[in-house]
Order: sequence, then structure tokens, then C-alpha cells
Amino acid sequence: MSQEPPDLEPLAEAPSDEVQRGQRERLLAAWKTPTGWRSWSAVNNTSIGRWYMMAAFCFFLFGGVLALLMRIQLAVPNNTFLSAERYNQVFTMHGTVMMFLFAIPMFEAFSIFVLPQMLGARDLPFPRLSAFGFWSYALGGTFFCASLLFNAAPRGGWFMYPPLTTRYQPGIGADFWLLGLSFIEVAAIAAAVELIVGVLKCRPPGMRLNLIPLYAWYLLVAAAMILFAFPPVIAGSLLMEVERAFDWPFFDTARGGDPLLWQHLFWLFGHPEVYVIFLPSVAIVAMIVPTVARRAIVGYSWIVLAAVGTGFLSFGLWVHHMFTTGLPGISLGLFSAASEAVAIPTGIQLFCFIATLAAGKVSRSVPMLFVFGGLASFVMGGLTGVMVALAPFDFQAHDTFFIVGHLHYVLIGGSIFPVVGGIYYFYPLFDGKLLSDKLGRATFWLMFTGFHVTFLPMHLTGLRGMPRRVFTFAPGLGFDRANLVSTVGAFILAAGVLVFVWDLLRSKKTQPTCARNPWNSGSLEWLQEMPDKPWGVRSIPEIDRRYPLWDQPNLMRDVDEGRFFLPDAEEGKRETLVTSVIDARPVQCLRVPGPSWIALYAAFFTGGAFITSTFHWWKAALASSVLALGAILYWLWTGTAIIPEKETKDVGLGVTLPLYVSGPASVGWWAMFITMLGDATAFVCLVFGYFYYWTIHQDFARAAAQGPGLLWPLLGGGALVASWALTLLARRANRRDRAALFYASMLSAVALAIAGSCALIAGPSRTGLDPTRHVYPAIVWMLVAWTVFHVGLGVVMQLYCVARRAAGRMTARHDIDAANVSLYWHFTALTAFVTVAVIAGFPRVA
Amino acid sequence: MCSPAARSRTLLAALALGAAACRGPQSALDPAGRGADRIATLFTIMAVGAAVVWLAMVALTVFAVRVHAAPRVERRTALFILGGGALVPTVVLTALLVYGLALLPELVAPAPAGSLRVAVTGEQWWWRVRYPGPDGRTVELANEVHLPLGQAADLRLDSADVIHSFWIPSLGGKLDMFPGRTSRLALWPTRAGRYRGVCAEYCGASHALMAFAVVVEPRAALDRWLAHQSEPARPPTTPLGARGAALFLADGCGACHAVRGTPAAGTLGPDLTHVGSRHGLGAATLPNDAGTFARWITHPESLKPGVHMPAFGMLPPADVRALAAYLEELQ
Repeated sequence: MSQEPPDLEPLAEAPSDEVQRGQRERLLAAWKTPTGWRSWSAVNNTSIGRWYMMAAFCFFLFGGVLALLMRIQLAVPNNTFLSAERYNQVFTMHGTVMMFLFAIPMFEAFSIFVLPQMLGARDLPFPRLSAFGFWSYALGGTFFCASLLFNAAPRGGWFMYPPLTTRYQPGIGADFWLLGLSFIEVAAIAAAVELIVGVLKCRPPGMRLNLIPLYAWYLLVAAAMILFAFPPVIAGSLLMEVERAFDWPFFDTARGGDPLLWQHLFWLFGHPEVYVIFLPSVAIVAMIVPTVARRAIVGYSWIVLAAVGTGFLSFGLWVHHMFTTGLPGISLGLFSAASEAVAIPTGIQLFCFIATLAAGKVSRSVPMLFVFGGLASFVMGGLTGVMVALAPFDFQAHDTFFIVGHLHYVLIGGSIFPVVGGIYYFYPLFDGKLLSDKLGRATFWLMFTGFHVTFLPMHLTGLRGMPRRVFTFAPGLGFDRANLVSTVGAFILAAGVLVFVWDLLRSKKTQPTCARNPWNSGSLEWLQEMPDKPWGVRSIPEIDRRYPLWDQPNLMRDVDEGRFFLPDAEEGKRETLVTSVIDARPVQCLRVPGPSWIALYAAFFTGGAFITSTFHWWKAALASSVLALGAILYWLWTGTAIIPEKETKDVGLGVTLPLYVSGPASVGWWAMFITMLGDATAFVCLVFGYFYYWTIHQDFARAAAQGPGLLWPLLGGGALVASWALTLLARRANRRDRAALFYASMLSAVALAIAGSCALIAGPSRTGLDPTRHVYPAIVWMLVAWTVFHVGLGVVMQLYCVARRAAGRMTARHDIDAANVSLYWHFTALTAFVTVAVIAGFPRVA
Repeated sequence: MCSPAARSRTLLAALALGAAACRGPQSALDPAGRGADRIATLFTIMAVGAAVVWLAMVALTVFAVRVHAAPRVERRTALFILGGGALVPTVVLTALLVYGLALLPELVAPAPAGSLRVAVTGEQWWWRVRYPGPDGRTVELANEVHLPLGQAADLRLDSADVIHSFWIPSLGGKLDMFPGRTSRLALWPTRAGRYRGVCAEYCGASHALMAFAVVVEPRAALDRWLAHQSEPARPPTTPLGARGAALFLADGCGACHAVRGTPAAGTLGPDLTHVGSRHGLGAATLPNDAGTFARWITHPESLKPGVHMPAFGMLPPADVRALAAYLEELQ
């Protein structure tokens, strides 16, 4: 399908002015952002990215206010500013909001905004998915924060340890956390899928993987980490919510459960989460450093290796959050060593930056100030991290204010400072203006001073014995003065944030538009024209350098004059290029959708299902789920896998590309594949739960004798595998255009899937396994329920393919639907197989 | 400009101030036990090392910014990046791991056989403390732990409800307490005195108010104290106290609290047999006096949010005074 462009040079002659004017008009018509109230139906990455960032920033301010409330309460001993329960809500919300509603969404928002620009693309591959993710996040986040106003906020800490959260905190606070956040986590995964596909498939021709901006590499690593780190906490939340709502005893020791399983699942997410926050901030640093040093980054490959290495290592460190749970010495030693090892890739990255600065001529600017201040603070956090990674020291430091100090050095130094610096740096991309240099310096010095005054004393308070998460403290134990200093510092820090907010909000109408590439950077995002040029790049360039604006002569002129790919929108459609994963050969001209309300509806109905479940309004939840499913099906039916009016299109420079591709060449196939990797991770976590109980608890193995037997699970598994085989057969029949065989096999696949699900349920139900009695029946039922739910979705997909073919929207040549549904069924068949092997097979061999 | 002598005096004063800043009944930097001592030394070494590394990194960055296109750095980038970013950290961290992990076996080893055994159960938000006696009888008290000077103590930790964490910073590291599981912690006090322990794992509303008193004393003194604690309560000697004793039973306090030697034998709340002798009330967060007893009986929620004890605000003030007097007499 793909072909080598015959001529990689831009057009030698610019098209005539008249041609250019026509091209610009057609591009503008295709990419116009709707106005008035309709502007909320926009799905383009610049609109969505902008809203997403604004929402994340609002949540940041909210989390900051919560922090100030805590600091007021802790300013003096025995303070009564906040009640104990109010304080506990506030610290729970502060941690949760900063982690889930600010740090992760901020980086995704920023990436949605800037990634297509960096890659010379016109948009991300799934604009409506971004919109869906944004609306889900905005709705879920607002709902979650509102719980504080009604005094119903969660108060179990952002880590939500059971049994405190399962049995000792009545009220719906914990449900807000479990359901509200799961909803947001799903949105975060959606954005991660989009960004991964964006980096892999939507690069400009010629930009091989070794040429992509470092930001894109970091993004790839961080998004991949989200994909594997969020599913454990989603699986854990599922278990905990089911325990709270239906009394299945996953974490109840009296019935064979184990609260430590939650800690494993939570920190399997929680530790990589730190790096998911940190890596994108380093990515910003990696973009700013070469610009201010006015030279290419030194050690590009080392940085990439180090980022990937950090990503891998970060999944092997979670136990260092559990050093005081009484683990055997050998685990303590191993996880101490692994935790120390992560300092090495971090060190490599820092030395690459220092080497770049040394080799270049450094220009002073506000973004650079934030980068320096942030890294200096981050290194301190890293060094205290080296201390607490060592189990013996952690025995003392764990759960004290020392950790509070350490983690804020890592997160504020490693993330907030680079992000604020990044906003100063990238601000011209938002509205063509620069932020104020003077206010920027004031912001920096206030934030920097306030930050250290707040958090440095906390190390001492902690080692003097002050535990974390305390709503008050007794006088005379050596905590008084240090706490007062921290409170003063917090207000200085807040003053800095306030100056920053003022700089963002102040009217810039009279301020002249700044130069197009104000920092004289070498990377592609600065091609963007401002204002009123919603198409992103005027034409999609061919790239053969890491810093094209520096190293490819006349690039900006050639792009602007439309001498590269897709300079026009002849059919009035939004189009961007899809290239191959490794070497970025153009493979498709992808049409991306324009403004639409459907993503918003789908998000609100999905949100409705989660919100009503929080209050245990099951009927409303069911109704909302059905509406959400309907909205999503309508969205898919009308907006995806559209058969184009012609097979191929001339994209310029003599290259002709197909408008419709299916299978691994298509972006949809990749999105499905990546999503299912995340989904499979959550399933693996449930299976891990099964074996965890079996390893730790004797009575689990004994309980396994009761059911679910061999017969029904085997029948069920057999039927589901047969359904999978028939789905594949149907896909093949469709490709050969044998309609009768297609319908027969797909409909038989549906029947077998339903029969298989029933048989799978019959296993535990006919052997009388009661999920509320013991953890064994509970986890067996959970695995069955997970499988049946996925088969249910699979049945909807099979019927969807049948309907698509019947409606003429899927043909032998245009078979994206069948290809993606087959891919889904590969994973579903695997899930069914593993479930049967575990619940029926394992009790036999154990 | 100050003379070298003055400068060294200032330095000494600063050091003394720093040391004083670390003192306290709950400070991990003022060790009074073997574990705490090892960890405090480890911290000092790491803190000095961290300061050196940080200064070196900042100096290097400042140099990198000041210097213009140093050709030598450019030529030897790989050496610089791998040496500074990988090699040096690997060497330093390996040394640190060898030293730090060598401490582990000692810190996690169980106490030798024959050590004094103390069972502590974390409950929302107080500590049930039991000393198994040689005759099989167990002495139960609450919120106060006495440990032998210069000997190991074998602590058996568990929880009655949520996860708590047992921590005496002056003596050693913390260990979590789980429901349905007993974990073992060995502590070796090396300095006599009174210290303070706290719950380190967030455990609900009054997590901040869950402390306990720790007394480290020679074994002989500890045995005398334990013998006293094992005795039944002495009958009250004042008329007010005697009235309180009768009210204690009449008002149903015995449903949750035990006072050995009386019919009160409840087990839900703390054993009050010698409550008047303890170093504090409300899990070592309040002074032990009649006024506090009275407030605790009438408004426990105001002293400990979320407390499971019901308020007895409806009792006539005279009854409350009598009860408080009785409890204070339970020495």
C-alpha cells in the first residue's frame, strides 16, 4: 500500500499567488472552528487541547486552595480551623485532585495541543475521541470536586487503603473516589491511546523514529506507561467498589480476603504514575534546553534510552511504598536496589542537558529560569528519594512529613516548575503573544522561594517524628516552629501562582503579536501561523533533520507557500497524512472528522452511568449506560470507516495515497490493539489477585474444591473459542465477498458467544458458589463476570458488522469494521481461555 | 570580618543549635534505641553525601551555562554523560546499598528467645497493650508501653479494625499493624527515659490523636511496675471516689471497660484498672487529671473526633465529678 515518494524535494516553484489564495480559502473552510454556542462542538486538537489545559489548570488552583487550607490548619498546634473529618477530606482531595485531575490531564492536554504541531500534522487521528476524553474528564472532575461542597468527599486518603475505606467509612465518599476516578482514568487511557497512535502513525513523511522530537519520545513512553499503569488501579477500584456495594470480600481478612492486595495493585499504578508525571515535564525541558543553548541536544539516543529505561524500571519499584508492611528481608533488599537503580537513567538525562548547555551559548529567558529552578529542586527530591529508597531509612521516614517534603520536591521541582516554564515558552502558540518577562521573573522568584520555605522544613518535622495525614499536632514536640514556617512558605508560593494567573489573564489586546518563532527554536511546532489559521501547517513538509527549522533551508517558506504535501482541501474535507511506524513512509491520506456533538453526548451519558452508580441508583445507571452505548454506536455508524467517494488521492509532489486502508496499516487497528493491551492488563491484575490469594492464604486452596467444576467452564470456554474462530471465518468470507457465508458464520458466532457466556455463568452458579461468603467464590465470579462482559461487547460488535454489511457500509474491500472486531475477538478469546484455565484448570493441578 | 576563633565559635553554636533542633521525645534524630541509632547514623552519612552531590550538580550547571561552547566537553560527550550520569551514580549507589542493606538483617531480626514480650493491638484510636505473664496470666492496659533498658523487647503487633502503624521514633523504625495478622518487631532501648509513640498509618478521623507513652527503665523497675499493674484495682478511699465506683457500675461503664477486682469486665474499650497511674489520657494526647476525665465522659467527641465511646452528657454534673474522682483514684 505504501510507496516511496518519487521526489522528496519541495516544489521548485511556488504555486502562483492566485492558486495559493484558493488553497488557503478551501483549507480555511474545511478547518473553520464553529462560532457562538456551536464552538463547544469543536473537536480539533487546538480547541480541545486549549479547553483541556484550562480545565486542568482550574483543578490545579482548586488543589492549591486545598493545600492552603491544610497549611492554615497546621500553622499552630491544636488548631481548630478545620475539623478532623474536614481536614481528612481536604488532604484526600488535595492528593487526588493534583494527581488525577491536574498532573496527568495537564500533560495529556498539553500534548493534544502541541503534538500535531510538533509532527507537522493537521490534527490527531481521532479528534472526537479527544473530545470524548475531555468532556468525560471535565464532567467527572467537576462531579468529584463537588463532593467536597456537600461534605460527602472521600476521606480515605488518595491511596484509599482498605479495610478503612471498605468497612469503616460509611457514606458515599469512597464511591465518589472509586467511580468518579475510574471514569476519569478511562478518559486518561483514551487520550493515551490517541497520543500513542499520533506519535506512531501521524508523523510527516521522512521523520523516521530516530528523528522525532524528544518530546514525542517522552510522550510515547509516558502514554505507554499510562496504558499499563492505570489498569491495575482500575481493576483494584472494581474489586473495592464491588466489595462496598455487594459485599464481595476481596479485602476482608475475616473471609479470606487481604487488604495488602489493594496496596500491591494501587502502588503498581501509583509508582509509575510518578514517572508519568515527571517524564513529560522532562520532555518540556528537552525542548527548551536546545533552544536556549542554540544547538542540537547532546546525546539524543542516550536520552531516549534513559527515558525508555525509566519507564521499564518504574514498574519494578512499587514495593518501596510498602517497606513497613513487614515484608521479608530479601524483598526489602531487592526493591531497595531496584529503587536506587532508577537514579541512573535520571542521571544520564540530567548530564545530557548539562552537556548541551556547556556545548552551546546559553541565552537567558524566563523559561530557562524555571528549568534551572525546577531541576535544582528536583535533584534535591531525587537525593532524598535515594535515601527513602533504602529500606532501613524508610522504616523511620515512611509516612512522615519527610516523605511529604520529598514527594513535593520531586513533583513540584520535577513537574510544576518545568510546566510553568513550558507555558511561558509555548504561550505564543496559544495566541501569538508572549507572556510578560517581568511578571515571569516575579512568578519564578516567589514560587521558588515559597516552595523551599514550605517544603525544606518538612524534612526536619518528619524526622522529629511528625507523621503524615494528621489534622493537628501537640505543642512542644519540636513541630511548632517548622510548621509555622511551612505555612508562611505556602502563602509565598501561592502569591507566585497568583502573579502567574494574572499574567495569563491580563488583557493582551494592545500587545503586538510576537514573531512567529520568538525563541528561534529548531522544531516544527513553530511553523504554526497565528492567528486565524486553524489548519495547523499550510502544507505537510518532508523531514530529514531533527531540527528542521534550523537545518532544512527555506523550510518555513516552502511550507507556507504550499510546496509540500496536502496544500489544499479540494473536497472540503479535513485531511492529514498517515505514515508507517518506523520510517514514516506515507501510507494513507486520512480524513478526520469536523465539529460534532456526538462525543459530548457520549461522554455525558457515560458519565451519567458512573455518577448514578455512585448513589446506587442502579436503574438510572442502566438507562444511562444504554444511552451511552446508543450514542457510541451512532458515532461509530455515522462517523467511522466511511467509504470514500474515490479510492485514492493525489496528495502533492506526485504521491498518490489511498483514502481507505484497513488492518495494521490503519490508525483504527492500532487504537484497538493498544486499547486491548490496556484492557488485558486489567484482566491480568484480576488473575494476579486469584494467585495472590492462593499463595498467601491456606483456606483459599481448600475453598477451591467447591466449584465451579470442569464441565460448564469447559463448555463455555469451548463455545467462546468457537465463536472467535467463526468471527475470523466471517472476516475472510467478507473479504472474498461471499455474503451468505459471512452472515451465516457471523450469526453463528453470536449464538455461540451467548451460549458460551451462559455456560460460563452456569459453572459457579450450579456449584452454589456464593460470592459474599468467601473470597474464593468472589474472585471466581469476578473473572467470569469480566469475561462475560467482554463477550457481551464482542456480541454487539459482531452484530454491528452484520448490520454494516447489510447496510452497504462495509464491503469486501472496505472492511475496517471486520478487521477491528476480529482483533477485539483475539483478545476476548484469550481472556476466555485464561479464565477457564484458571477457574476450572488450576484447582485440579494446585 | 570575624576572627578564626570567633568563626569556630559560631560554627560550634550552629552545630549545637542543629543538635538541639533534633532533640525531643519523638525524634528519630535523637536516638535512644539500637535501631534508631543505626538509622540516624545512616541518615547523617546520606545527608552529607546528598549535600555534596547537590552542590556538585549545581556547580556543574552554573559552569555549563557560563562556559561558551567548551570544545573539550563536546569531544568527550559520551564520557561525560556516561561517566557523570551512569558510572559515578552506580559506584556511589552500590557503596550506599552495601552499607545500608547490611543494616537490614539486624533491623528486621526477631528479638532473641526469652525477651520481654509485649502484644499491642491498634484500635481506632487507641492501643491495647498486653504483657503475657510467666504464670499464663496476661496483664492488660492501654496506651502505655514500658520497655526494659539494655534488653530486647519482642513486640507482637496486630489490629482490631483498620491498618495502623506502630512507631516509636526514638527507639527504631515503624511496623504496620494489620487485622488478622500478627507481625513481630524487636526494639532495643539503650537510654532510659520517657518517649512518645504514635500511629503512622492513616487510620481514620482521629489518626492524629493516636499516641502512646513509652517508658524505658531498668528491668527491675519494669518488673515492679508490671507487678503493680497486674494487681486488681484498689477500692476507692474517698467518699466521692466510692460514689463514683458505684456509679461506674450503675451507669453501665462496665459494658465496655474492665476494672479488675470489680464486676466491670467489658473488653470493647481500654482496661481502666490502673488508669489513674498512666502518663496521659485519650491515647496519650491529654493530661491525666479529674477535669479531663470529666470532659471525656461528657463530651468525648470534642476530645477525639469520631470516637466510638458514646457521650454521657446527660449525667448530672455531681455524678460526673464522682466518676472522675473514682477514675483518678485508680492508681
